[in-house]
Amino acid sequence: MEPPVDTDQEQFLEISMGPQHPSTHGVFRMNVVLDGEHVVRLKPVFGYLHRNHEKIAESETYLGSMPYTDRLDYLCSITNNWAYALAVEALAGIQVPERAEYLRIITGELTRLQNHASLIGFLLQDMGSSGTPLMYAFREREKILDLFEALTGARMMCNYMRFGGCRVDMPAGWLDQAKKVVSEFPRFLDEYEQLLVGNEILMERTQGIGVLSRELAVSAAISGPMARASGVNYDIRKVDRYGIYDRFSFRVPLGAHGDVYDRYMIRFLEMRESLKILNQAMKDIPAGPIVDPKMRIRGFRPKPGEAYARIESPKGELGFYLISDGSPNPYRYRVRPPSLINLTVLEDLCLGRNVADVVAILGSIDIVLGEVDR
Amino acid sequence: MRRWSRSRPGKSPRQVRMNPETIQSSLVDAIPGCRVEIVANASPSAQHSLLVDADHALAAARFLRDTPVLRFDFCSNVTGVDWPARETSAKVKVKKLLDGVEKEVEEVRKTTTPGYLEVVYHLYSHQNKLGPLPLRMRTQDREAGVHLPSLTPIWRSAEFQEREIFDLFGVIFDGHPDLRRILMWDSFVDHPMRRDYVEPDDFEYEPTAHDEVLQRAKQHLTQAGAR
Repeated sequence: MEPPVDTDQEQFLEISMGPQHPSTHGVFRMNVVLDGEHVVRLKPVFGYLHRNHEKIAESETYLGSMPYTDRLDYLCSITNNWAYALAVEALAGIQVPERAEYLRIITGELTRLQNHASLIGFLLQDMGSSGTPLMYAFREREKILDLFEALTGARMMCNYMRFGGCRVDMPAGWLDQAKKVVSEFPRFLDEYEQLLVGNEILMERTQGIGVLSRELAVSAAISGPMARASGVNYDIRKVDRYGIYDRFSFRVPLGAHGDVYDRYMIRFLEMRESLKILNQAMKDIPAGPIVDPKMRIRGFRPKPGEAYARIESPKGELGFYLISDGSPNPYRYRVRPPSLINLTVLEDLCLGRNVADVVAILGSIDIVLGEVDR
Repeated sequence: MRRWSRSRPGKSPRQVRMNPETIQSSLVDAIPGCRVEIVANASPSAQHSLLVDADHALAAARFLRDTPVLRFDFCSNVTGVDWPARETSAKVKVKKLLDGVEKEVEEVRKTTTPGYLEVVYHLYSHQNKLGPLPLRMRTQDREAGVHLPSLTPIWRSAEFQEREIFDLFGVIFDGHPDLRRILMWDSFVDHPMRRDYVEPDDFEYEPTAHDEVLQRAKQHLTQAGAR
């Protein structure tokens, strides 16, 4: 541990929050220096879950890393697969058939729904509303995980995407089941919003807490719902229009204050937009192949070169940077983890607040340690 | 209750890719003495990058961020790449005198490229919807000359990512506000992401009663019985 800020003047208390505590969302630790109730310094400590994913991937084939990307952000394995597949497709110039693009959109947006629902549940749990909100959120999440299980064979470690398409097509009756889940989802959102959005205690604990300015958000490359809560109008689905996102009409909700409450509300609004995309995609999905027939899995060797590709994952900008030297394994494989980079401003948000606020601020950033530490 | 602003529906302009030659020439014009090379990318992604020299990197980064037509305000990804010394052999045709007659002979010539560490910044522009522009810097070698200027003063997002490169690759960023190991523990000595990294031999052997241990025990007991 480092020495406290300035021990001569006042009495400081140095405490270690984490790594083994539910409010740190995994094995994450913060060295916090307190002046009375107020935080005067906060240094995050990483690496408890570090297994050097990038090094392991250098000795794997390109496809061999695909199931391992599931373990990055283990709540959203499908979007991790998607970002990696997109990077390899950019590196090797592979086209994706129409139906596979729709399947990617449907599964990706379902992933966003379940991530945001459980994030809101966790955030409220962190702030002491024990049990009910998290269980309500998990009830909805379970329905989506059942869909994933029926489609991919796994609830969380889906390993669903392939270079140039998807691994399996929908089983019979899956689309109807998915439509049913999506059509019932707004009811859950309404109920949840009614339960909590106007709640006085919640507003007291979240409004004006952990305010992130727009300038700092851009400079620190904050992405995803956290940046949009600060009013940064930047959604990679709109900017890059990867896949076929330009075919769907949806809007990008923006926050005005950039506090914990905005970060919490933005997820509600994003879920409603995701439902819009899902309804359009499930209506339009065409028949056809789900993987590029020219794509060979065995002996896959992209030509020497490099590519960086990114997607709007539920946590923010998830990017993969690959360098190929013409061999079957990537020469360099880099994951751009949104969770880690969004934590850059954690200290700035927490200074001057008390310990209970630190928990709420950390919860609103939405981190998964599998991705932070890699 | 609060009011919520929403972006207007409809099409936003698609991400534009800027010609790297234009950026190169404007950089060379704006910063005297700045050496900028274009590193071509042969893959279909065609993301060509700019290689700037370490001495002018900070000025170049500030120029890229602040020039109104560019405005690369969003430094998304920062990462390191290790390039150890490589030996490449090429066949060269050489004229030689063989038994008094000049003949053309093929010879294999070996050239060694010295090793270096490379740092890559992927830049985007929020305002002008530009990107990605990979910006590269290279160290002199992989042992002593591993110093590069930190770009954290320009883009705050580099703070943790440069720490990670320092930790895993061993690049020392001058001017970084808080350069410590981030993923490995402080007393760790090597840099695991280097290509020639060897794992330490820290396997601990704990003897258990089986195989040769049992055999030794049996031997011991029979010797005791004979006595």
